[in-house]
Amino acid sequence: MSKSSLKQTLKDLDTKKISIRELNQDYLKRIKEKENLNVFIHFSEENVLKQVDNLEKDNSTKKLKGIPIAIKDLFCTKSMPTTAASKILENFNPTYESFVTQKLLDEGSIFVGKTNLDEFAMGSATNTSFFGNTINPLSKDNKPLAPGGSSGGSAAAVAADLCLGATGTDTGGSIRQPASFCGVVGIKPTYGLCSRWGIAAFASSLDQAGIFSHNVEDASILLQSIAGFDQRDSTSAKVDIPNYFEKLDDDLNGKTVGIPKEYSIDGTPMEINQIWEDAIKVLEKKGVKIKNISLPHTKYALPTYYIIAPAEASSNLARYDGVKYGFRSDEINSLDDMYENTRAQGFGREVKRRILIGTYVLSAGYYDAYYLKAQKVRKLIANDFNEAFKECDFIVTPTAPSAAFPLNEKQNDPIKMYLNDVFTVPASLAGLPGISIPFGKDKNNLPLGIQILGKHFDEQQVFNAAISLERSYE
Amino acid sequence: MNNLVKGEKHDWEMVIGLEIHAQVKSNSKLFSSSSTKFGSLPNSQVSLVDAAMPGMLPVINKYCVEQAVKTGVGLNAKINNYSVFDRKNYFYADLPQGYQISQYKYPIVGEGKVTIDFKDGTSKDIRIVRLHLEQDAGKSLHDQNPSKTYVDLNRSGVALMEIVSEPDIRTPDEAGMYISKIRSILMYLDTCDGNMQEGSLRADVNISVRKPGEEYGTRCEIKNLNSIKFIKQAINYEAKRQIEILESGGSIEQNTMLFNTSTGKTRPMRNKEEAHDYRYFPDPDLLPLEISEEEIGKIKSSIPELPDELKNRFIETYKLSNYDASVLTAEKQTSDYFNETINSDSELKNHAKIVVNWITSELFSLLNKNNLDLNNSPVSPENLGQLIKLISTNEISGKIAKDVLEDMFSSGKTARQIVDEKGLQQVTDQDEIAKVIDEVIAENPKMVEQYLAGKDKLLGFFVGQAMKLTKGKANPKILNDILKSKLK
Repeated sequence: MSKSSLKQTLKDLDTKKISIRELNQDYLKRIKEKENLNVFIHFSEENVLKQVDNLEKDNSTKKLKGIPIAIKDLFCTKSMPTTAASKILENFNPTYESFVTQKLLDEGSIFVGKTNLDEFAMGSATNTSFFGNTINPLSKDNKPLAPGGSSGGSAAAVAADLCLGATGTDTGGSIRQPASFCGVVGIKPTYGLCSRWGIAAFASSLDQAGIFSHNVEDASILLQSIAGFDQRDSTSAKVDIPNYFEKLDDDLNGKTVGIPKEYSIDGTPMEINQIWEDAIKVLEKKGVKIKNISLPHTKYALPTYYIIAPAEASSNLARYDGVKYGFRSDEINSLDDMYENTRAQGFGREVKRRILIGTYVLSAGYYDAYYLKAQKVRKLIANDFNEAFKECDFIVTPTAPSAAFPLNEKQNDPIKMYLNDVFTVPASLAGLPGISIPFGKDKNNLPLGIQILGKHFDEQQVFNAAISLERSYE
Repeated sequence: MNNLVKGEKHDWEMVIGLEIHAQVKSNSKLFSSSSTKFGSLPNSQVSLVDAAMPGMLPVINKYCVEQAVKTGVGLNAKINNYSVFDRKNYFYADLPQGYQISQYKYPIVGEGKVTIDFKDGTSKDIRIVRLHLEQDAGKSLHDQNPSKTYVDLNRSGVALMEIVSEPDIRTPDEAGMYISKIRSILMYLDTCDGNMQEGSLRADVNISVRKPGEEYGTRCEIKNLNSIKFIKQAINYEAKRQIEILESGGSIEQNTMLFNTSTGKTRPMRNKEEAHDYRYFPDPDLLPLEISEEEIGKIKSSIPELPDELKNRFIETYKLSNYDASVLTAEKQTSDYFNETINSDSELKNHAKIVVNWITSELFSLLNKNNLDLNNSPVSPENLGQLIKLISTNEISGKIAKDVLEDMFSSGKTARQIVDEKGLQQVTDQDEIAKVIDEVIAENPKMVEQYLAGKDKLLGFFVGQAMKLTKGKANPKILNDILKSKLK
């Protein structure tokens, strides 16, 4: 069976071509077949069928009624445990539902399970999870590939057709990079579009929920469902959420695309520069004006990100102390012991590394040189985009500097791993919306992603450019 | 005034600054909607935010912000249009987030000042450095189980105002007066209930000593004192300790101290090297706090008359002394009581000093004796006013009035009732008094002889005898006059 889109499935459900039960049984079957990919941290057939039962009794019309959705295990959910892929939350059962997942439940969607991720979303390969690696469904010949990260489980779930859409979070590229690696669509909206309430925090000023889907149309439907103002999140934006899907328009005639020269980086594989050029050519043919732009502070984005994100993380993760919930070490002789052993045993290496970096850059005597300077650079980077967007309507770049790499390739080289975020991090620092869509293959037939960035809260333009490219590529 | 402390070798001056933590009077916490009620069952007022569950976010309680602005205005301070919440990071069992949300670089309120008044009529300004908003921590309960510590998070997230003074205080008494004054202002504003016993108001004291005229010495900080008595004790002990060290050739280590309320001594909690690095940084979960001039103006216009304004008005309207007026305005309930009393009869405005005396000496001492405070005084302002009116119109004597007040206090009757029932009206009839005096003169011929021979002091004896016969009701002035004329 070829992958069915969300849009088509909604039609089929509407015309009774398929029932909610049949639809979900189909997905359940595939989920069980693909257990070897280690996509889910939590999966329960019984729980899925219970949701089907409930929806069958429900006569109301709902936008996503019966649609199987996978949830990144960073979103707190009442019906399933929430671990953040960490031992420290191994048996944590929230009594509350995150804003984003509640919206999806209100629309009638069915949660098939909680997907794997890098521990607390810290990683680019879904290989720092306490629950093991997720394998990219596109892997061949016993050579397992990484799905990207941190939302690798969600990207893989969509790629392996284990759901019709999945939630992710993106702090520095955690939706866009795995979307690129797994050959699916992934959108990170503007910071503030989706409430962070109920998402275990990694870096509060950067974390943003988003969507994985099979195609741009589906992403536009799902994003509308999870967006919206929430008074429980002070950084949530009071903006009207348009019906992105209805307003999709692939006619880009007269628009201007910005091509930032700083994204041509030595060492980027030829194929990636090739698909970038292809995309530009396609846009040109569609009557889009090509504008070479400069984002001069781009080269500082990665170091800036790897100061700010760990700094916030070091503080956000202080609450996991063994006192109130989650894992607590048995080896306790004093309060300090409890903290040290709980956190030493409860967190993995990457999380500890980032807590250490974050603690260091905030400490007395280093704060000005690191954290404060990084904040200043962050403003410059955001300003680069503001200036650039005076001359163009959207920006096109590659999503990642490589295709999916073998599973354990960069395991022991954090710097190499961090370089994966080079194209995604600047927009994160500026809080801008970005989408990754599959746009070509490398020599091993692995998918490569193109990234489209838009102005603040101009998701519609991002979708329009994306669907235009998508349609030309199909 | 000599503010110096005598050491073994020379005189020393104390240099004191206070950090007052005042709990904001508000029904809900600073960043959550949980109740702030005192004395509830442990962990019965804890929201998901207060317990720092994963993914929970703080949302500022606007009422607490208004309360802080109000307080800032009351402290004659600059209100900052822009302020920022920072995270103060440290681990403790009763700090669920692993950080306290506070304000570091950009507090909501800047420089201000308060005035303290001395008995001799002089006064002094104590400068305020800043006021900022922050969250309180929970409570660790160490006494519930021999081997365990329990944590109660009811207080976790409750809003505090930290009010920091300049080191302008020089004596333990000034420290006490300063905290009393702050407490008074907060209670007038209704921004803090001022209850020190329940911990709604507590202070950290920074203290150093120096030889007069020299630079500031190294200071120590005494943490978490919750009564004025303890603050004074702790300062006295700590100053003595520092002076002894310095006079024996030692130097002061910059320590954080704890005060033991049963021994009256301070002891070090941690030294400078052990001091926390709190790694302050702006809380990314919260936007900077912006308050427009318009909002500040609105809050300003809602502010009631404050103790200093009231004091000046009392001095001007009623010709009271600075000290009397400051005693009267130190507590809102006192000035309210005074206002109600003096306004209960238009006559009383001309006898303000008598009203002050009857409230602050006679009524206060009765209340003290009975362990009551003004709010639950059995004598209402109207009734006290009636009593004072009876004195000022010479209907009863001051001496009798004291008995009447005691009666009012215990029986709840009005002054009028008691005076009428017991027939306590002053005797002002000249003939009646003259008759009594004649009787006294007739009964004491020897005394009269001595008096006439020059023993003037005996006049009191005759007054006393005459008063005894009238059961104290004779008007003393008339009695005196007649007695003097008869004994010529």
